[in-house]
Amino acid sequence: MTDARYDLAPGDIPSEEIQAWAPSGALIYTIGLLVALILTATSFWVANTSLLWPGGVGLGLAVLAVAQMGIHLVFFLHMTTGPDSTNNILALAFGLLIVFVVVAGTMWIMADMNQNMMMPPAAAMSMGIPR
Amino acid sequence: MNVAVAIDSVPQAALPSASEAGPAPKRIVVAYGFWIFLLSDIVMFAALFASYAVLVRATAGGPAGAQLFNQRTVAIETACLLVSSYTCGLMSLAISSRNRLGVYLGALVTFVLGATFLALEIREFASMIAIGATPERSAFLSAFFTLVGCHGLHVTLGLIWLVVMMVQVAVMGFVTSVQHRLLCFSLFWHALDIVWVGIFTVVYLMGVSP
Repeated sequence: MTDARYDLAPGDIPSEEIQAWAPSGALIYTIGLLVALILTATSFWVANTSLLWPGGVGLGLAVLAVAQMGIHLVFFLHMTTGPDSTNNILALAFGLLIVFVVVAGTMWIMADMNQNMMMPPAAAMSMGIPR
Repeated sequence: MNVAVAIDSVPQAALPSASEAGPAPKRIVVAYGFWIFLLSDIVMFAALFASYAVLVRATAGGPAGAQLFNQRTVAIETACLLVSSYTCGLMSLAISSRNRLGVYLGALVTFVLGATFLALEIREFASMIAIGATPERSAFLSAFFTLVGCHGLHVTLGLIWLVVMMVQVAVMGFVTSVQHRLLCFSLFWHALDIVWVGIFTVVYLMGVSP
């Protein structure tokens, strides 16, 4: 492919120089499709079944979604742990950090404000705030 | 595979290091730049997801998700987008083997599945608006239409991009710049599917489950 030690372009399938045994591209996509279909079907089953403890359904769905995103990254976008993929993985890791900070930070701050800004009617009355 | 094992299996002395070899090939630079853009796009979706999660209970007496969402439609939409992601992958394999017929076929199936997804989504939005569940009804519906509508807008742009790319393949053939654009398109399409996994889990399945 390239004669120097360059990185892999994101989305490109790693060449056989690195991997001793390289499956064909179509096989990689097909495995990804099958695993993603199984995970999707499991998600829909988890959301509709009454067999599971209702309190754990949300967490289970979140775990299934993260697993499916990982499957998409590995089998469709060909993100690997190989040395030629380091820059792509580092960019992804930074993106995930920002995603985590935005989502978790927003939910934490808004839940906190929701709790602290709720004023019971008696307290509002004594402070002279009309409701 | 273990990273250390992978490094050891490359003959180190035979290759010049990247710092001595000059700038990376354009394919890597283009795809890496587009990868950075996609990550910023995902960060934008993260902000929309966060606002949806905050506002999901703010229905202002209006309809909640459980009364509005039809799981059958969502399941068909999910299947359409997942299979179109798969055919998009097969299309990029056909591109690397210069198989023109395979590229057209992959693009056609990808386009039809993406258009089906979009049609189902527009029908869902229209049926919601018809019963008064418009974006201005409640904060929950504003956040819902922003998040899901933004994803639908991305799919629309992707479909237009796909048509433009097929015209370019027909007119210009597999020249290097067209190959780079097709690589960027497949990255974009796969990333849209990843965002949809988040949407169908957080919005639809968590919305209907008790």
